Amino acid sequence: MLLRHTTKEVKEREGLTINPAKTCQPIGAMYAALGVHGCLPHSHGSQGCCSYHRSTLTRHYKEPVMAATSSFTEGASVFGGQANLLAAIETIFSVYDPDIIAVHSTCLSETIGDDLQQITRKARDDGKIPEGKHVIFASTPSFIGSHVTGYANMVTGIAEQFAVSTGSKKNQINIIAGWMEPSDMREIKRLSKELGVNIVLFPDTSDVLDAPQTGTHVFYPKGGTTIAELQSTGDSLSSLALGSISAEPAAIALEKKCKVPFETLDMPIGLRATDRFIMALSKAGNVTVPDEITADRGRLVDVIADMEQYLYGKRVALFGDPDQIIPLTEFLLDLNMKPVQIVSGTPGQRFEKQMRQILDERSPETKFKNGIGADMFLLHQWMKNEPVDLLIGNTYGKYMARDEDVPFIRFGFPILDRIGHSYFPSVGYSGGLRLVEKILTAILDRQDRDALEEKFELVM
Amino acid sequence: MEHIGILEGREKQVFEKKGGIETSDIACETSSLSGSVSQRACVFCGSRVVLYPVADAIHIVHGPIGCAAYTWDIRGAVSSGPELHRLSFSTDLQEMDVIYGGEKKLYLSLIELIEQYKPKAAFIYSTCIVGLIGDDIDAVCKKVAAETGIPVLPVHSEGFKGTKKDGYKAACFALMKLIGTGSTEGISKQSINILGEFNLAGEAWIIRKYYERMGIEVVSTLTGDGRIDAVKRAHGASLNVVQCSGSMTSLAKDMEEKYGIPYIRVSYFGIEDMSKSLYDVALHFPEHPEIMEAAKQVVSEEVKKLYPELQKFKKALTGKKAAIYVGGAFKTFSLIKALRSIGMSVVLAGSQTGNKDDYRRLKEMCDEGTVIVDDSNPVELSKFILEKEADLLIGGVKERPIAFKLGIGFCDHNHERKIPLAGFVGMYNFALEVYQSVMSPVWQFAPRKGGNR
Repeated sequence: MLLRHTTKEVKEREGLTINPAKTCQPIGAMYAALGVHGCLPHSHGSQGCCSYHRSTLTRHYKEPVMAATSSFTEGASVFGGQANLLAAIETIFSVYDPDIIAVHSTCLSETIGDDLQQITRKARDDGKIPEGKHVIFASTPSFIGSHVTGYANMVTGIAEQFAVSTGSKKNQINIIAGWMEPSDMREIKRLSKELGVNIVLFPDTSDVLDAPQTGTHVFYPKGGTTIAELQSTGDSLSSLALGSISAEPAAIALEKKCKVPFETLDMPIGLRATDRFIMALSKAGNVTVPDEITADRGRLVDVIADMEQYLYGKRVALFGDPDQIIPLTEFLLDLNMKPVQIVSGTPGQRFEKQMRQILDERSPETKFKNGIGADMFLLHQWMKNEPVDLLIGNTYGKYMARDEDVPFIRFGFPILDRIGHSYFPSVGYSGGLRLVEKILTAILDRQDRDALEEKFELVM
Repeated sequence: MEHIGILEGREKQVFEKKGGIETSDIACETSSLSGSVSQRACVFCGSRVVLYPVADAIHIVHGPIGCAAYTWDIRGAVSSGPELHRLSFSTDLQEMDVIYGGEKKLYLSLIELIEQYKPKAAFIYSTCIVGLIGDDIDAVCKKVAAETGIPVLPVHSEGFKGTKKDGYKAACFALMKLIGTGSTEGISKQSINILGEFNLAGEAWIIRKYYERMGIEVVSTLTGDGRIDAVKRAHGASLNVVQCSGSMTSLAKDMEEKYGIPYIRVSYFGIEDMSKSLYDVALHFPEHPEIMEAAKQVVSEEVKKLYPELQKFKKALTGKKAAIYVGGAFKTFSLIKALRSIGMSVVLAGSQTGNKDDYRRLKEMCDEGTVIVDDSNPVELSKFILEKEADLLIGGVKERPIAFKLGIGFCDHNHERKIPLAGFVGMYNFALEVYQSVMSPVWQFAPRKGGNR
């Protein structure tokens, strides 16, 4: 479908984005807020924003996604949205009864200058927030950053507005989850348990967006980091932020507010990033790595060794969110593959810096771009000029994969046409194993498909 | 209805049919309460869904990236030719653009795009923020149109300026600017435009064929599998046949006023309404009795094929109950009839954008005890479904997982449907989908309807 419309010649575009590799802040804020127990996200803007975000998250997770909206009209847009938000807070507590309302702004409410901090303070002063209930907020204008920025802003809001420092330290480590799947968050908790480290993971969308079928529809599923846990993060020994773009800002906020020291790590995708995570967590928790985890690692290395001949030199194009793309690029290099074209719509210099560190020595010719102009149209043009053996990215990549007849692995957000992402982790050694399996399956299926009759083999 | 907790301020938007008591009209066409978990969207959404299927135009969303990203190829409106509509073009407004204005960026984007793709026209959607910062998109469009020689049409669809319906109007307004600019030479007297049919899963093709079998010329389809040249000559048709009344009635009225083309409302869902649509169109050409003959022929041929097929579904589904919550209320009328024809009754009927007439008619049609709702939310929907013991929910993307969590079947009758549900073949597909979901073996393993197995 895109084939006919994507030109091979790459031209500098002045203002136009074609087929974006990102979306806007509020959806990230909505996703992060769902990782807090008993929380109803609230979109302060027009109904459409809330509807689009809920629909997209629903399509990705195939779960009900609840969120309220300020339902802006022309009046609110002229006179400001304070009255709408105050009314909304009252309505929400009386009807939907959440423990927390997590408000995020939109391009509309930002531009008219609504001050969420002032409005939520007024709501408290006016007695609209019942005892023991909370309203938190994050500023998420759609014309800055991307959905990843919105996620980071809401996670920062969660840290800032809940953490309390009581003066007495608790024997626990905060793990701040960058934008990852419920399955990944579940795996982080499992690994920490196996290591024997007490952690508070936030946000945590496991058991929220992968809930079992029960015959009832609950507004607030059992998962999510609780208020008590969030408050206790101020007394933790230290924080590990998994992802410099989506998680680090919250760690910085915690350090500022409650003097909790932090370390920023890559999301533990692939071998080395998982090594770093396991080592950092064992150090932070002062525990030794159990044999079972070492054995998991050994299994992953063994599989890579078994299959290295099929991985060597395979050219990969990938696109997605920076905190995932960075460790994935490193993993692909460790698999002896060649990530040759990389695009991330999310702007920011951290991406470029980290990519340079990874690529400069091992694959200096790799093309990568993020921010303005880093869209999927550009990636497609690159692929046309220098063909690849594999494409990795979210569902929208299927058009390019079809057009160019390239094997395709779905990875990232959103995935609208497959399941698995929310049930099977991509992080940790088992996540690495899953990625290797997917990569090999895609490549070997292709080899089988294209093999000449006499070269079609049983054993591979 | 004390036993059902309803959002304060929404009591008038919910109605339960009970014998003999004449109650006042249901409240509707209001904006949602601030703080509600509404299933509704915005003005931009309305414009985008109506114009989206015009396949040989470029559609550029002027605003921050989200509005373009969320509407990128989500609606399976297929094209038999060009597919420019499926790409996502955006000006991706940044903070500096918001401060200094985005007109220049829009202008440059349009020039780049038109030069590259040579489209037949361009639609420019203004989003919330463009309305606020006051970009003069009309002026930009005019300038680009003059420089490139193609129609460049502003679509004023600022999200906050009303409801989805206002977006439909903005889209119709843009279409009206195209209509009348093409030649009507060679158009037959026995001709129609198909309005409010968006070719989801290829439905417009099915409908078009029925009309062609009747000897009727279809001048344009608005906007399923749409082409700019066809839209331009739409005023040459003798009759406008409107299906999705919410989105296209305003265009039909404008065309009636300006070009004297009468219009009728039809529905292509279910045997009864599909047949009536063909007869109603034939009735418009009384001096050509052969058209009515052909219509009868089409109906009899199709029903003969379909009827026996439906019986096996009916046998399994008789006595099962359905809940309907869809966008437009007009669709619910057809759905009620279609469900009855496969033995099912309707216990909940609701829509996002119905008007007073729609709801009055719904009240007449529905069985005793049926709940009728306007602009509902997930709490209400799941409560009604449990109370009324529905076995099936018909809705859209956000309703699907709710139905499955409740352990009941689901049928998408919104833009995520994968198979055509319109026409006679569509009735078969609909019955099959309902049957397959309601009778799925998965429900043996799952707690159902609140936990009772």
